[in-house]
Amino acid sequence: MKGFNTLFYKELLRFYKVAFQTIFAPVVTALLYLLVFASTFKGRPDIVPGVSYVAFLIPGLMMMSMIQNAFANSSSSLIQSKITGNLIFILLSPLSALEFFLAFVGASVVRALCVAVGVYGAAIIFVPLPILHPVFLLLFGLLGSAGLGALGVIAGVWAERFDQLAGFQNFVVVPLSFLSGVFYSLRDLPPFWQTVSRLNPLLYMIDGFRYGFFGTSDVSPVLSLAFVATFCVAVSVLAMALVGRGYRLRN
Amino acid sequence: MTVVRSASAIEVAGLHKRFGEVHALRGIDLEVRPGEFFGLLGPNGAGKSTLINILAGLTRPDEGRAAICGHDVIADYRKARRALGVVPQEVVFDPFFSVREVLAIQAGYFGLGGRDNKAWREELLRALMLTDKGDANMRALSGGMKRRVLIAQALVHRPQVVILDEPTAGVDVELRASLWVFVRRLHEEGHTIILTTHYLEEAEALCERIAIMRDGRIAALDSKEALLSRAISKTLRVTTAEPATAVPSRLESKLRKRTGNILEFALQQGTDSIPEVLESLRMAGHVVTDIATEQASLEEVFLELTRGRISVEPQ
Repeated sequence: MKGFNTLFYKELLRFYKVAFQTIFAPVVTALLYLLVFASTFKGRPDIVPGVSYVAFLIPGLMMMSMIQNAFANSSSSLIQSKITGNLIFILLSPLSALEFFLAFVGASVVRALCVAVGVYGAAIIFVPLPILHPVFLLLFGLLGSAGLGALGVIAGVWAERFDQLAGFQNFVVVPLSFLSGVFYSLRDLPPFWQTVSRLNPLLYMIDGFRYGFFGTSDVSPVLSLAFVATFCVAVSVLAMALVGRGYRLRN
Repeated sequence: MTVVRSASAIEVAGLHKRFGEVHALRGIDLEVRPGEFFGLLGPNGAGKSTLINILAGLTRPDEGRAAICGHDVIADYRKARRALGVVPQEVVFDPFFSVREVLAIQAGYFGLGGRDNKAWREELLRALMLTDKGDANMRALSGGMKRRVLIAQALVHRPQVVILDEPTAGVDVELRASLWVFVRRLHEEGHTIILTTHYLEEAEALCERIAIMRDGRIAALDSKEALLSRAISKTLRVTTAEPATAVPSRLESKLRKRTGNILEFALQQGTDSIPEVLESLRMAGHVVTDIATEQASLEEVFLELTRGRISVEPQ
């Protein structure tokens, strides 16, 4: 257990030491999105009755930041350690594959939560944002960032070069997170695109997270929770299988 | 610090490893006894790194088994890794942390961290002359200092077996000497040391037994003395009263060098006789005033073995 604690602590320390880049920069990016979209769509009819468009945007931006930063944390830590060679110090230790996996995912979740709290803290200065279902909020936040942290482990283990990881991030994670209802409601889309969007697991994270704030959602929150939990378990099982086999780690 | 000894420090049986078409290890059997200073030599591509990586759990074998202090490196990997410290060949470091942080984190991976371990980490810093750099970021250290930190990292959990994979590659003479003083101390305290090096004089000076690998096999495994005695040739240096302009025709093939009145012959072990050489010279009219013999160095044995001039015997 102490070995796990140390790796978890080390992974926390790794992003804490560069918090300007890992916490503050994503918060600023999310606030810039908020500023631009709020100005552009000022006066737009409410998507959720009684919730301004700016308020509607905030949970989506929080969750999108969590998704992207959870993925970035585990994947970048692994690829940097692999390329610089210092991953050997972890591989030489008696840590199990499960401890290895949980430490990387745990640190990703903490970073994602820090970014989310930062965005929320800055946003509520300008827009009141009540939380109606804190348990759902927490569950979607934790499961969503854990799932993306696990996906980051898969990408970090698989990638052998920085550009491969950048490709995974730019062509998979970013498009999926942008096309997951951060800026719009699923109901605003034509039927075909609604069907396509329902294949995106990140849609359920954002929709469910938003339910935690406003108590309304496009998809039933329980169904979303089931989807998100299934996604989280599936990517965790795959990540554990790769780490356990030592795929591109112990060869 | 005294190290508790078990039956075998390292035990390897029938180890095979293939990387695609390359058969890197072709059935390695090896035992290193507790407390030994063991040399693992061989040319590049002989399979040394693959063998070390399997022992360290960094590579998985295709066949065979390996154990550290009786603990299988796969089935009982936690205990095997606790018993092993590896100083990697490459100078690698984590740029986010200071030297003390790096050592504390490494100890933490092994479940260590209390006051005892902190004192041991400080002792390591002192012994490796890093105390004043303890709070410096790893990026700020010179190459030699980074290599010393690697040694401290490998020892932070007080392993019984220490593998030093070319620890002095690219290290200046002064640092190399201080490293060997420290490694000798570890050996005296009971640690089993396994050394790979391209500086064969280091292996000759330090190691009690030596394995020489070639093409994924153990080409030779013996005590240093026994290995040296395997050399095909030894040197006979003869000083004559007058400069020798010619030597008897039967000695010409053995003449390696002629400098003034010094003749240097390469004699085949077991077939050439020193008295016969001296008698031939005397018969040719040379007056021998001095003779000296020189045994082959480990380097010569190594070259003869790795070039296949000495046959590979099953060990």
